[in-house]
Amino acid sequence: MAEENNNPKDESTAPPKPAAAIPPPPPKPAAPAAPPKPKGPLPEPWTSPLVDALNEKFGAEIVKSYSFIGQNQIVIKKARLVEIMTFLRDINIGQFTYLADETAVHWPKDEEFELVYILYSFERNEYLRIKTRTKEWEAVESVVGVWGTANWLEREAYDMFGVKFAGHPDLRRILLPDDWVGFPLRKDYDLRLQDVEWVRKHLGIDSGQKYYVGEARHESPDYITPTD
Amino acid sequence: MSTNETLFDASELTVSMGPQHPSTHGVLQVKLKLDGERVIDAECVIGYLHRGVEKLGEHQTYGQFVPTLDRMDYIAAVSNCLGFCEAIEKMLGITAPPRAQYIRVLMTELNRITSHLLWLGTHALDIGAMTVFLYAFREREEILKIFENYCGARLTTHMFRIGGTQYELYDGFEDQVRTFIKDFPKKVDEYETLLTQNRIWIGRTRGVGAITAKAAIDIGLTGPALRGSGVNWDIRKAKPYAVYSDFDFDIPTGSMGDTYDRYMVRMEEMRQSARIVSQAVEKIPAGPLMAKLSKIIKPPVGDIYHSIESPKGELGYYIVSDGSTMAYRARVRPPSFVNLQALRQMVAGHMVADVVAIIGTLDIVLGEIDR
Repeated sequence: MAEENNNPKDESTAPPKPAAAIPPPPPKPAAPAAPPKPKGPLPEPWTSPLVDALNEKFGAEIVKSYSFIGQNQIVIKKARLVEIMTFLRDINIGQFTYLADETAVHWPKDEEFELVYILYSFERNEYLRIKTRTKEWEAVESVVGVWGTANWLEREAYDMFGVKFAGHPDLRRILLPDDWVGFPLRKDYDLRLQDVEWVRKHLGIDSGQKYYVGEARHESPDYITPTD
Repeated sequence: MSTNETLFDASELTVSMGPQHPSTHGVLQVKLKLDGERVIDAECVIGYLHRGVEKLGEHQTYGQFVPTLDRMDYIAAVSNCLGFCEAIEKMLGITAPPRAQYIRVLMTELNRITSHLLWLGTHALDIGAMTVFLYAFREREEILKIFENYCGARLTTHMFRIGGTQYELYDGFEDQVRTFIKDFPKKVDEYETLLTQNRIWIGRTRGVGAITAKAAIDIGLTGPALRGSGVNWDIRKAKPYAVYSDFDFDIPTGSMGDTYDRYMVRMEEMRQSARIVSQAVEKIPAGPLMAKLSKIIKPPVGDIYHSIESPKGELGYYIVSDGSTMAYRARVRPPSFVNLQALRQMVAGHMVADVVAIIGTLDIVLGEIDR
């Protein structure tokens, strides 16, 4: 009896350790399960005869093809951009004769601009997004020769982002004045930033925006970063 | 230099039309190169109204950005609102409740009528038919009254919210719409008696600014401007959004692609819009106005392109989300901007007076071009 009593006592002193040790394991299996919880839809791989044809003809130029919320997208390298676009326009399983939109997205961390081409085919009644990436100092081939629409759309991308298009017939600013300094839709261009010099020269007013755009803007004491 | 030389030697003359010219519909400058009275080349200078809407979209939450969009195409603010709300809803994976969807279609189509009426009035005024303007604005006023009763605003309406609509219909809304729609087709006939068979009107519009279907697609024309060239393409039919698939309506098309055909297309579109409204008003379902969604809107990481048929053409939104409350990139594909690009090839070879007609027939709004 004494032994039996002793044993529980020993166990009662001992249990805290196993009891404390047992609860931690359940969180450990749970913890790896938590990170992959997807919030919202994820891109799904997408294949079609068109993608196969592109892969066959251009091989390594086609980076990937996927579908996001039912919208098909192809990521390509920019080296043979015009060839690929002409192919998409003319091939009879594509017939993307209409360029709905062309625009850019700035990704400052990668120092890159993503160019987005939204194509539409009347025959097939479908949209297709083509994406490619470029650096600031590298020009992209212009697609004006493929679709006339691209003329103003590329001028706007140049105006807002400073992306250069090689072979564009008339690459000038379109919405902003020709002698404006800075590219407003870049991420490092603050919302309140303005070409104060231009405003002073042409409008004869001090706009009250104290921020300064120019070559040395990062050294200027007036310059603020977008996070300020 | 004698005057004779400039008149008869085919030497080029540059004339700057606008930005204060009344028939440029806003602040558009067209630099015309002329040979006598014939246009050799035209260059558009735009950007006078640039307000940086796309930049603002990156610094406002999705909900806050919607009223800003109303200021783009202020003639058809309801369409702007609809396109953006639907794009975000698509990203969030929700759909507005049926009652909200019907109200959306109804308001958007009424707005299409106001937009076309304003186009008709000003277009005819530019060409010299003053009376049409007065008639067109009479009916436009009726619709604006409906808008005002519904949401308090006439132009920049901000009618819809992401997830549905905010306001319940007011008492007597259906009757007011029914009364208007019952008479409206007759009113369109009335406008047509002033113009369609009018010799001067035909003389000023037939064959002016003609563009073939192939050229129109290449330059990216959409909306009535594309359908005037004979391409039967309307996003309401091709990629139905909202509840457009519930209604019977036709897509009018032209054949010659000239100013007269585009005029006929828009006149018929007004009748078709009235048809949609009269169907919609009879079967507005009961139910909630808003879908269930959290107060803080955070679309998943990714991008989306959603386009709708605005009165001017394809109005597209390309939204890139980084999972936060504000868009990473909020791109608007403005129909007027792309359509205006066709002006250059459409005016070449025409008279100076035709430039006014061609700017009118493109139905541009500078607020949307410059954003």
